[in-house]
Amino acid sequence: MSSEIKFGRAINQALRECMAADDAVIVIGEDIAGAGGSFGVTRGLLNEFGEHRVRDTPISEAAIVGAAVGAAMCGLRPVVEIMFMDFVTLAMDALVNQAAKMRFMFGGRASAPLVLRTPHGGGLSAGPQHSQCLEAWFAHVPGLKTVCPSTPADAYHLMKAAVADPDPVIFIENKSLYGASGPAPQAENAVAIGEAKTLRAGTDLTILAYGAVCRDALKAAEMLASEGVSAEVIDLRSLQPWDKDAVLASVARTHRLVVVHEAVRDFGPAAEICAHVAEFGFFDLDAPPERVAAPFMPPPFAPDLERVFRPNAEAIIEAARRSVS
Amino acid sequence: MTLVTGTAFHVPAPGRRPGDTPDFSKIEVPRAGETRKPAVDAPAGEVTDLAYGLVRVLDHNHQAVGPWDPQLSDQELINGLKTMVLTREFDDRMLKMQRTKRLSFYMKSLGEEAVAVAAAAALNDDDMLFPSYRQQGALIARGKDLGEMMCHCISNARDNLKGRQLPIHYASAEHNWFSVSGNLCTQFPQAVGWALASSYKRSNRIASSWIGEGSSAEGDFHAAMTLASVYKAPVVLNLVNNQWAISMFQGLSGGESATFAAKAIGYGVPGLRVDGNDFLAVYAATRWAADRARRKIGPTLLEIYTYRGEAHSTSDDPSRYRPKDEWRSWPLGDPIERLKNHLIGHGAWSADEHETWRAQCEERVATTWKESIGHGTLEEGPHAPTHTMFEDVYAEQPWHLRRQRQDLGV
Repeated sequence: MSSEIKFGRAINQALRECMAADDAVIVIGEDIAGAGGSFGVTRGLLNEFGEHRVRDTPISEAAIVGAAVGAAMCGLRPVVEIMFMDFVTLAMDALVNQAAKMRFMFGGRASAPLVLRTPHGGGLSAGPQHSQCLEAWFAHVPGLKTVCPSTPADAYHLMKAAVADPDPVIFIENKSLYGASGPAPQAENAVAIGEAKTLRAGTDLTILAYGAVCRDALKAAEMLASEGVSAEVIDLRSLQPWDKDAVLASVARTHRLVVVHEAVRDFGPAAEICAHVAEFGFFDLDAPPERVAAPFMPPPFAPDLERVFRPNAEAIIEAARRSVS
Repeated sequence: MTLVTGTAFHVPAPGRRPGDTPDFSKIEVPRAGETRKPAVDAPAGEVTDLAYGLVRVLDHNHQAVGPWDPQLSDQELINGLKTMVLTREFDDRMLKMQRTKRLSFYMKSLGEEAVAVAAAAALNDDDMLFPSYRQQGALIARGKDLGEMMCHCISNARDNLKGRQLPIHYASAEHNWFSVSGNLCTQFPQAVGWALASSYKRSNRIASSWIGEGSSAEGDFHAAMTLASVYKAPVVLNLVNNQWAISMFQGLSGGESATFAAKAIGYGVPGLRVDGNDFLAVYAATRWAADRARRKIGPTLLEIYTYRGEAHSTSDDPSRYRPKDEWRSWPLGDPIERLKNHLIGHGAWSADEHETWRAQCEERVATTWKESIGHGTLEEGPHAPTHTMFEDVYAEQPWHLRRQRQDLGV
């Protein structure tokens, strides 16, 4: 095994291993079989596992996820691909009213353990209906779990955790990460859903991020270091449930918090995290928590406009400067 | 705004409204035995006439006639009749309990007992059912304890759903009975997915699901039909056309321009119209569709043609939107009376036996009700222990839910 692997390839590897280990794992979605998925994540699975386990479906997100709920109830572990996160609106009932509530509504006697993979964000100049980051919707639904890895190794481990999880998991892949490389996953470094990771230790402030903006956060921390500001960078990795212990412990040391996400700011994940820190870590804070996020508007298409729309390292640095000033 | 004459769109309206005399003269009822029975492996394109026919077995003399007669034994028919009667008595008792405020909500299946009971008889007990609101007869046919059903409806300490679900939203893993969903038609794609998973597992078990004619307007109907057709899913999809979606007559759901069974034609799926008040017809059509599913030939859409005898639920008043007692004029009659008369007609049953059984059922549900409220009432409980409502949101309780439970002092 080479020491580096690409993000999309790491997810592919996890799926392959899950499918090889358990016949119950199947992969369904639009253009995922022969074509290997719009971003190539399921490439090669058809040849290896055959058309019964790697299925192209009619263009109906409602059918795909609705059927996946039924298949999960029948004992399978469906891994569903929704081509763009924006399209998940067409499958919302199956997720929110069906999959999420199955265990509860059956008095604990049934469940719908499916994994829904879907790409969000990424700044590919894909316009308002192929670019959104809608993870807050899912993190707001009791019964669903939501993860959003930032490195190939985490993507690999979290996919394995998601497939093994007894509850439905929304697995979010940032489109800008597919081509990014990182250290190959090591079997002994398994990641549990709900566990954050410290990407860089620091003492002056905590920058909390998930998904692709973790890289911007690291870039910002590097720049801040040259200004004499020591920033700790934490990758949340899971949004539901999220690792409040890691966040509160870090804030207790640094006394300052900047939360970053690519999703729009208003009612976004950062709002929940900042509220929680204000409730349970208020006396550790030396400055108001800062949020760095996209403005509350649809993602624009034109590259120049989208560059302004997406949060970047400069915006994080500005927020950090405000926090430590 | 000024309206220009002639621009208004068509608004379908039922022929009769409150105060009118019921009139079903426009409904064409083919003679029993008239609709042909194709081979189970007939291509969908060769059975399109059945979408405009009506599978009927019991004729006006209560004789079983024609190619769809399933040739059931007297004992099988008596079992079906008894279950239908028990279902009706159960419904009656539960409605009375709702009227006296010991139950918050109920939905009867009056007139539709054969729809559920005959289907349950024609399917295997381990086939997975994805029901709609009026299939309680199928759950009773599968042997669900009536007391457990009552305990669920009043959410007492013995409710297997632990006080989490609206009454009559039964779920029973033991009976291969999926939860009824408040969001309509969502069960159709789930049934297709379950069926596909079953065939992937090389299992002989099939799935069956029911929706009303009203919810055939949902996108999920189209999604499920497409998916079922593409993969030839082993599933029996039932569209119960009981003429009414709460207050809206079937014409508002698309029934004026074509039969609901005809929707299947465009998907390349056989669509059959079936007399839903004829136990033998529902049994035979379900068995035909189940054979197609089990032999991996493909899915079937059955339009079960019937009439909703009661209100949609205890929350609406049919006297505001349809003639009083319209059900009594329904040209396809009462499913219980028809099967009863058939059995009496050839000496396998008698009016006395029928009344004895009915009285036993009435007594049984009354006794069961008393036992059930012994486990707690809706108003006073005991209900499921409060802490249990925080369970089963996830397999393991997450930290924030645990904290919120503690914040509530539980």
